[in-house]
Amino acid sequence: MPISTLDGKPAWKHRTSRQSLALWAGWLALVALFVFTWQVMTKDTNWEYVLDAPTVAADLGSRMFPPRWSYIEKLWWPMWDTLNIATLGTLIGIVIAVPVAFLAARNTTPSLYIARPIALFIIVSSRSINSLIWALLLVSIIGPGVLAGIVAIGLRSIGFCAKLLYEAIEEIDQTQVEAVTASGASRAQVIDFAIVPQILPAFFGITVFRWDINIRESTILGLVGAGGIGLQLSASLNVLAWPQVTMIFVIILATVVVSEWISAKVRHAII
Amino acid sequence: MPVTDIGAAAPRRWKRPPILIRDWRWRIAIYGGGLIYLVLAIASTEVKWERVYRGLDRGWLFIQGFLYPDFSSRWVDISQGLVESLTMSVTATVVGIIISVPIGVGAARNMAPLPVYLACRAIIAMSRALQEIIVAILLVAMFGFGPFAGFLTLSFATIGFLAKLLAEDIEDIDEAQAEAIRSTGASWVQLVNYAVQPQVMPRLIGLSLYRLDINFRESAVIGIVGAGGIGATLNTAIDRYEYDSAGAILLIIIAIVMVAEYSSSHVRKWVQ
Repeated sequence: MPISTLDGKPAWKHRTSRQSLALWAGWLALVALFVFTWQVMTKDTNWEYVLDAPTVAADLGSRMFPPRWSYIEKLWWPMWDTLNIATLGTLIGIVIAVPVAFLAARNTTPSLYIARPIALFIIVSSRSINSLIWALLLVSIIGPGVLAGIVAIGLRSIGFCAKLLYEAIEEIDQTQVEAVTASGASRAQVIDFAIVPQILPAFFGITVFRWDINIRESTILGLVGAGGIGLQLSASLNVLAWPQVTMIFVIILATVVVSEWISAKVRHAII
Repeated sequence: MPVTDIGAAAPRRWKRPPILIRDWRWRIAIYGGGLIYLVLAIASTEVKWERVYRGLDRGWLFIQGFLYPDFSSRWVDISQGLVESLTMSVTATVVGIIISVPIGVGAARNMAPLPVYLACRAIIAMSRALQEIIVAILLVAMFGFGPFAGFLTLSFATIGFLAKLLAEDIEDIDEAQAEAIRSTGASWVQLVNYAVQPQVMPRLIGLSLYRLDINFRESAVIGIVGAGGIGATLNTAIDRYEYDSAGAILLIIIAIVMVAEYSSSHVRKWVQ
């Protein structure tokens, strides 16, 4: 800790002058970056629209309330579709994620230099593309409908589940594996009796966690035509039927809260 | 001493205990319920297989577009979308952090009185419950199309994420250090500055970098509802069936996310 002399007495300082200069330069660079990006971003912004926003917001609010409660009768079937998209998509995702995770985990992968990088690439590409983008692609490939939503959710879930699962596999207790191996077990038996029981709670926890996220994401997939309640949302937005939009928002919010509650309960029971 | 024949008492074959649910009645009920649900769900899913079959050539085109991406013919649109996305995520992260720090401090029970705590927690809950896309729809309706609405959306989403994790981190700090600062007669501001800030700063930096990464990923999505960024470009490319340009955009997104993830994990290691 640097000590300088001030009026003949030692004075305590937190940082050396070089450190504080570097810190100051870092903050300056950050502020400069922010100002620069702000300039670039708002280059084409129409400020009249922005300044007008409070009146627009008030107008929008008056149109959105009260929600059209009777519209709920038309929402049950899309909600069922939404639930199916999330659940079936999660199942597809987790089924594919398990082998990928075993290929990606350092201690179970058959080859560190071929299988593991491929598995990691699958995980990264699935994780970096949002389910809405997958849905956009799939709708244009296999046509609009629930199936596109299910596959989109499935593809997105692979990366997430495989990443968490392979981290769980890498963290297992190695002594159990050694014990089972010492009994003369084959490779498949080692996985079945030594690894699977250790990662099973994590596996179910991840599945339920992802299911919760998928419910949230599947409510909006319909915006690009992939089925579910989002289709109703998109239709209502297109005709500017704001009371119906509010009703759909209420339903989505309620679903998200319920699914989060269920997932928290189940995870609490397992772990 | 009575001798018991252990070998005779123990069963010859070991049976593996059932997974998770020990009671067989519960097991049957849960598995059976799951099976019935699955049958109902799959039966009620309408799939037009004929349409899927027709789409296979397009799927093949898309895979080809991924393998031979076309960066050049739409480069002007792609670069503009990228610039919008990147600037949107940087500004939204910075503004989000600036707003979420006071909210995060207010939402920590050991730093704030109950009314402030409840108010801050309510803000966090609201920001987390509303998804980006829904917020983007509303903000685009209010502020017009373009990256400004996207910037506001991402800032709003950043607040809920960062403030919640920051508040949890503040609640977990080492109380002894706070006690030591308090005993010197420090004010509340000094307490935050000298006892809390040094303890949570490394994690705050890590979380901010992580959120920058998430914001970039999200910026690719909210463009679909008109909030600017690379998502708008991607949407146009897919609508025109230009799969080679779409493949190029997706590869760029994957590359940027990979670079961001890799470098942020390095920075986090270096900070902590």
